Amino acid sequence: MAKAELKLLGTWSSPFVLRIKWALQMKGVEYDFIEEDIQNKSPLLLKYNPVHKKVPVLVHDGKSIAESLVILEYMDETWKENPILPEDPYQRAMARFWSKFGDEKCLPSIWRVFTAQGEKIGQALVSASENLMILEGELKGKKFFNGETLGFADISLGWIVNMVILLEEILQLKMIDEQRYPSLSAWMKNFSNFPGIKDSFPPQDRMLTKYRTLREALLATRGSN
Amino acid sequence: MTQGGEDVKLLGAWASPFVIRIRIALNLKGVDYEFLEEVFGVKSELLLESNPVYKKIPVLIHDGKPVCESMIIVQYIDEVWATKGPAILSADPYDRALHRFWAYYVDDKWFPSVSAISRAQTEEAKAEAVEQVFAGLKLLEEAFQKCGKGKGFFGGDTIGYVDIALGCFLAWLKATEKMTGIKFFDEAKTPLLAQWVERFCADVAVRGVMPETDKMVEFAKMLQTKFKAAASAK
Repeated sequence: MAKAELKLLGTWSSPFVLRIKWALQMKGVEYDFIEEDIQNKSPLLLKYNPVHKKVPVLVHDGKSIAESLVILEYMDETWKENPILPEDPYQRAMARFWSKFGDEKCLPSIWRVFTAQGEKIGQALVSASENLMILEGELKGKKFFNGETLGFADISLGWIVNMVILLEEILQLKMIDEQRYPSLSAWMKNFSNFPGIKDSFPPQDRMLTKYRTLREALLATRGSN
Repeated sequence: MTQGGEDVKLLGAWASPFVIRIRIALNLKGVDYEFLEEVFGVKSELLLESNPVYKKIPVLIHDGKPVCESMIIVQYIDEVWATKGPAILSADPYDRALHRFWAYYVDDKWFPSVSAISRAQTEEAKAEAVEQVFAGLKLLEEAFQKCGKGKGFFGGDTIGYVDIALGCFLAWLKATEKMTGIKFFDEAKTPLLAQWVERFCADVAVRGVMPETDKMVEFAKMLQTKFKAAASAK
């Protein structure tokens, strides 16, 4: 039987695409990566994700799956090697809960730090810190959110590693320091050092340029009010 | 302790669509539970203890362990009581992905678009908001065909994941229809959904937990009065 066709539509910089790359890496699954231009969406992207027109989209044997967390669950159910979700229903519910918390609370609050200016940065940091403290509390004593090995929640929250390093560099501040966040700091290191993870990180210099430019553009449009 | 020897508690409120999701799921699985009704406007000790992150209902407490976030609870119920009642999510990974996708759509896009109607400040904004809602319903009509494969529910022969995700809002939507004159589920525009609405509300797993439209209208009016009072007090 011919090998099933597997494509991942994504961009080099999207943290949501990165989740899928990590999962594919962990499961040892081969795929074709199709780089999309978000400013100029391809007919393929519009065909495979007509509702949201966003990446990532996984196309498996012609069937498309969109929404990164949905894709992760699909992958775990389809490729049983190296499961990323635990077997126990309660642990699974916890993994899903923390992933959702990351996307709905942490990400927007950290983004607000990034798009803040002057004294508003301090205010935004307080909010972001509250959310990060909650994650710190959840991690306490654990190597990964999933326990001894990397799992669903870690993959879902992995964007923190990349994003926070970037923001700290661009804004010249420390968001996750070892003193206040001993567990989260350790997790960031453990996560990065997990086989295959770091290699997938988009090139740091390219990310810095992209996000610096993005921030300048955002502040410029706001400044003209 | 309930009949089956399991300790299942649900922290919730009769009017909350998110709580209704859990009640439907538990009904489908034939699971007995203790319904702990929160007092409107007051968060109980138990709620604050079991959902410290969001401090919101619903919270399912199973054998002392709390599970939060409605669709996560629904999946938990489906997994724990996998051998009881119909499957809420099918066994096929692609089907599951499709259902999860549409449930996210309802929560992230469609229901917020409905809320935008009541928040619209001008007639123009309101008209635009209404248009968004109908555009979404058109997509959901197509989703119904794709997910349900010609059967009576998004889940096929029985109520499934997307039915629960969308159907929980029906009491609220019917109340809004009565108060605004907007007809959301129009036979002419979305015939499959219009029929699904009646089928869903009549289902034995839903009937007892879906609030009556008049009661919802009363509740909505009470909320409006409260918000107006709070707004003018500023």
